[in-house]
Amino acid sequence: MQLLNKKPKSLFDVQMHYCPGCGHGIVHRLVAEVMDELNIRERTIFIAPVGCSVFADMYFNCDAIQGAHGRGPAIATGIKRSKPDTIVISYQGDGDLASIGMAEIVHAAARNENITVVFINNAIYGMTGGQMAPTTLIGQKSTTTVSGRDPKVNGYPIKVCELLSALEGTRYAERTTVHNVAGVIKTKNAIKKAIKNQINNVGFSIVEILSMCPTNWGLSNNPSQAIKYIDEQMVKIFPPGVYKDIK
Amino acid sequence: MPKTGRIEVDTDRCKGCYLCIDVCPKKCIEKSDTFSKSGYYPAKYKGSDCIACLSCSKICPDMAINVYEL
Amino acid sequence: MSMNYKGDIMKILMKGNEALAEGAIRSGCRFFAGYPITPQNEVPEYMSWRLPQVGGRFVQAESEVAAINMIFGASSTATRAMTSSSSPGISLKQEGISYCAGADLPFLIANVVRGGPGLGNIAGSQGDYFQATRGGGHGDYRLFVMAPNGVQEMADFPYYCYEVAFKYRVPAMILADGVIGQMMESIEWKTPEIDVKLLKEPDWAIGVNNGREKRRITSYDLREGMLERMIIERVKRYKEIEEKEVKWEEKMIEDADIILVAYGTSARVSASAIKMAREKGIKAGLFRPITLWPYPKKRLNELANRVKNFLVVEMSLGQMIEDVKLSIEGKANVHLHARPGGSLITPEEVLDSIIKITKEGVKNYATIK
Repeated sequence: MQLLNKKPKSLFDVQMHYCPGCGHGIVHRLVAEVMDELNIRERTIFIAPVGCSVFADMYFNCDAIQGAHGRGPAIATGIKRSKPDTIVISYQGDGDLASIGMAEIVHAAARNENITVVFINNAIYGMTGGQMAPTTLIGQKSTTTVSGRDPKVNGYPIKVCELLSALEGTRYAERTTVHNVAGVIKTKNAIKKAIKNQINNVGFSIVEILSMCPTNWGLSNNPSQAIKYIDEQMVKIFPPGVYKDIK
Repeated sequence: MPKTGRIEVDTDRCKGCYLCIDVCPKKCIEKSDTFSKSGYYPAKYKGSDCIACLSCSKICPDMAINVYEL
Repeated sequence: MSMNYKGDIMKILMKGNEALAEGAIRSGCRFFAGYPITPQNEVPEYMSWRLPQVGGRFVQAESEVAAINMIFGASSTATRAMTSSSSPGISLKQEGISYCAGADLPFLIANVVRGGPGLGNIAGSQGDYFQATRGGGHGDYRLFVMAPNGVQEMADFPYYCYEVAFKYRVPAMILADGVIGQMMESIEWKTPEIDVKLLKEPDWAIGVNNGREKRRITSYDLREGMLERMIIERVKRYKEIEEKEVKWEEKMIEDADIILVAYGTSARVSASAIKMAREKGIKAGLFRPITLWPYPKKRLNELANRVKNFLVVEMSLGQMIEDVKLSIEGKANVHLHARPGGSLITPEEVLDSIIKITKEGVKNYATIK
């Protein structure tokens, strides 16, 4: 009898604090598997954001730093330009990257910083209890859009892959999902490619991952139903695919 | 030649999200009716039909499933 | 520019901002991130061509907020990092500074103060004293703050700041003003030149880890009572700084009947004023704090045993005067000559104040009430 799935060395084998059915746990494992497979654990620096994944600096078995809300790409710039031999991963949520951190992500991409950004898009603010995110869909309910997001009041969701692909400095931008196994496999491949780009000095690479937030989508009683929201609604507004891939 | 497999759920880690039940192609995972010490009703292998496809372990957010090939 | 950076006797004519930048590089600075704002633009401009010459890295950041966070990243690897700005930009940096203080990261930040609040003006001022010494950012922490009074000290202070910053793991600030940033004076390189290759990597820095245990750089601890413990441990280092690193300068103090207390440009002006006062037979002296935190309160308190009149001279609404009053503990009169909004104080007006206090016996003298 042979164990087919080994736990990655790059993630500590501890229970993580994420809600049942949350995508963070899946993506953390995928990043750790890629770190193991590319043998970069000993030179990776993981930047944890402010958001549900604020404690991610504790979960990864590598040097890590937890920084101010939205500033991951700037922190990554400081680290990578001081220690170019490190592999720097900025892990961010939708408030962190697309709201307060919009200037930092755009400029890190514009400067073609040789870093890897893992962007978790669950169309809502998790840690603070379910407020609207820049990526919240029109009509989606949140604690600050109780009747559903109204474009007259709150404008339109921001499509990060599309936005960053317009910048000359961006080298690779792909959007994937983790709501089904095919998506999980695509996500792992995209993360691997994005990190390989950093290893090979190709430049700024971002993977945007559509993820579940059962708690703040009102589905804590039935977390696996969250996959429907991605499958039926989110992929229409945020189509998965490769948006930019240049050397 | 399809594989024969078996899964083991770590009931200390499983949070009862049941993503594994949704993705299992052989529908061989179910909800347990005894709750774990964390208060969740963990996922449970029905006991047969597993083909070790690893879908459940790939989607599990908590590394709570070990998949074995027999 | 024909300057011999390795020579140590030659005098060079330099602008304050440029001396600050070169002084930082000499002291091992190898990463700078900043954003343009008057009157400190020469600092990032100088860094942009000089840093690459010594193998360092320069980034013109998209904002002052981004810049301080780049410093947070760079200094987490124990690289000697620096950012500079002026008043409104320093306000923008406060969260980042708090994060650095909370993560015990050493780095150098320079504030070339201009008139405020708001957009204010671009003249040199001393209105950021509270911001520099009373936190500035949120939470319980202290910055090591040095106040240069001219171009020579702009050149010297980066060395002391980096030494203290790395020894005690605290951020260090040079609080200059627009006058000092822009003026040109001749200087000598007096502080040692640091060979960064010889700097030992400290046991807290993150980077390529080659199999050692994982390290974390964080400023949080949510467990019950743990944040308090973190802060109390930090306070032990603050106490050591207060005992060992406080600096000040005294001029004509021994027989003084009235002591002027001033830092930076106000101290230069006051130095002229006390000479003019002495010519009029008034025994005036000058007490110049060099570290603003830690403040030289012990020595000031001692002086207040004998001297009964202190005149605080500052280009602000009256900020440092609070530290003077706290130091003196009511043992003497503390008067105020204050000009906010970037207006330059002249020695003649200070002399006027000295005369009003000593010859006319005005109690509780203040140019602004």
